[in-house]
Amino acid sequence: MEFFLQLVINGVVIGSIYALVALGFVIIYKASSILNFAQGELLVLGAYICLAITSSGHVPLPAAFVLTLLFAATLGVALERVILRPLIGEPLISVIMVTLGLSSILRAIVQGVWGTDTKPFPAVFPSDPVMVGPVPISRGYLWSVGCVAVLLLVFTSFFRHARAGIAMRATAFSQQVALSMGISVRRIFALSWSIAAVVSAIGGILLGSIRGGVDGSLAFIGLKVVPVAILGGLDSVQGAIVGGVVIGVLENLSGGYLDPILGGGVKEIAPFVALVLILMVKPYGLFGKVHIERV
Amino acid sequence: MRCGDFRTTYGADMAIFETSFARGCVGAFLLLLAIVPVFATTYWLDVVNRIAIAVIGAVGLNILTGFTGQISLGNAAFLAVGAYSTAAFSSRWNLPCLLVIPMSGLIAALIGMAFGIPSLRLKGLYLAMATLAAHFIVEFTAVHWEAVTGGVNGMSVPAARLFSLAFESDRSLFYLILPVAVLLVFFAKNLFRTKVGKAFIAIRDQDISAEVMGVNVFKHKLMSFAVSSFYVGVAGSLLAYQARIISPENFPLTVGIDYLGMIIIGGMGSILGSILGAIFITLLPELLRLLSGAAGGVFPGLVQLFASIKMGVFGLAIVLFLIFEPDGLAARWRTIKNYWKLYPFSY
Repeated sequence: MEFFLQLVINGVVIGSIYALVALGFVIIYKASSILNFAQGELLVLGAYICLAITSSGHVPLPAAFVLTLLFAATLGVALERVILRPLIGEPLISVIMVTLGLSSILRAIVQGVWGTDTKPFPAVFPSDPVMVGPVPISRGYLWSVGCVAVLLLVFTSFFRHARAGIAMRATAFSQQVALSMGISVRRIFALSWSIAAVVSAIGGILLGSIRGGVDGSLAFIGLKVVPVAILGGLDSVQGAIVGGVVIGVLENLSGGYLDPILGGGVKEIAPFVALVLILMVKPYGLFGKVHIERV
Repeated sequence: MRCGDFRTTYGADMAIFETSFARGCVGAFLLLLAIVPVFATTYWLDVVNRIAIAVIGAVGLNILTGFTGQISLGNAAFLAVGAYSTAAFSSRWNLPCLLVIPMSGLIAALIGMAFGIPSLRLKGLYLAMATLAAHFIVEFTAVHWEAVTGGVNGMSVPAARLFSLAFESDRSLFYLILPVAVLLVFFAKNLFRTKVGKAFIAIRDQDISAEVMGVNVFKHKLMSFAVSSFYVGVAGSLLAYQARIISPENFPLTVGIDYLGMIIIGGMGSILGSILGAIFITLLPELLRLLSGAAGGVFPGLVQLFASIKMGVFGLAIVLFLIFEPDGLAARWRTIKNYWKLYPFSY
């Protein structure tokens, strides 16, 4: 039972970070129908930038955090402007390939600048665990779940009440109508990319501090959020949250119980097996908008 | 030299070679290729072999993605299936390579069809994700099904054998790989002159209209998956014969992305494009290696950075092509050809 609880709690924690990264994924998809395969690289870049700022000395961690987010926001806008905008209206394969190309460029930059070794990340949270019932939970976990919960609340209300959020939803619904209502669709695209880059950077920093180190392998999360986003529904913010937690728990449970039988690695593959099943049964996910089309 | 495009028969419209001059050029090119091993060094022979294998894989992917419009991110998986089948067939039963290569292709085709089944319900983006999942599932199988695949240690592949002939050196492998590549390229070129190939194109352009015109969409999508994975499986098989040792590390997701890069840079829906793209993407790291080797004297740190430079340039090439030449090298080639066709009176 304790093993089970431990697995579930780990699953919820990692799942909340999946939810955060999936949120960036979903926001870009919602606004511009682009599937961003470079999300994982944005996460790694954010973590490294934060690390570089703190390890340069003089800057305290909160300031470094804010600086990283500013950098991520600028980067998001720049990427949209330089790389994505020329491809508006191009076929799907081009858009997918351009984000794959982008991920390759970002990975090259990260490897070129910081190398491939794991870099230790400063301990942000105190290391003594908190006891919840019989299960010890590290403070970093609690903090990251808390951060993610706050962010998700912020974004949910942003989409519901803020002017820009409503404009984003309008753009997602129909770009033509949004344009005729005086919404600058370009600005909305830029905004969605900068939000996605910012949430990925936060995810990267949280993940770095939980694991105590950063390296390029963190980028794999960018692919793992694909099942998350699909399970929740590609265009749904709540879906990203639910999907993240479900996939996180699922991979931990299947890893915990099936690894001894199948010889390891189940954790990495479980989300993708789930992805195939979801696609077969319910391709638009739990909360996604169902497009009726003939295939 | 002709100066216009006057076609008066359907036959002329369907011809592979528009003029006998073009046919002569291709024939001369093939002859030239056949004598490459006489003067090429081992290093360049190895590069040429890899290009020929890449051409097969790229043509295969182009059949699925460029001609039928089904995006596949799982190409590395089918490559792996072909390579592992070859390793299994040739090390366990010691079969001759002329049997092993098509058998590996067929196994890859079967697996490809299995992963094509989701295309019954899915298209576009969702299908791309299903193939992404397929990649990870195949990779997991390769790592953990140790009885067949040898796990992370991989398998060693005996040299390709045909009766008493053994293809061991790069030079002899060249004469195995090149004919297979030429054969498959011509098959693909001819495929799109047949009913089936035209049905593929119809599905890509408008699947609903295709169905209205009497094309069985699902059947043809599955056929496209099968043909495409057959090609990729054959490429994987030749890769196994060339590398002689295969392990899951040879087939990461990035290999599949490389192949997508080839057809993007070469030109979607163009056989010539697949060939040009395969040459471009295979030569790119070699040229970079030469350049960084030359510049290594001036900037000693460059050699360590090579892996990331290679990755960055690859990404940059894809992004630049998509932005500035979305139709790829094949379109550029057409433009150049058309310019010279009416030279000096081109407009």
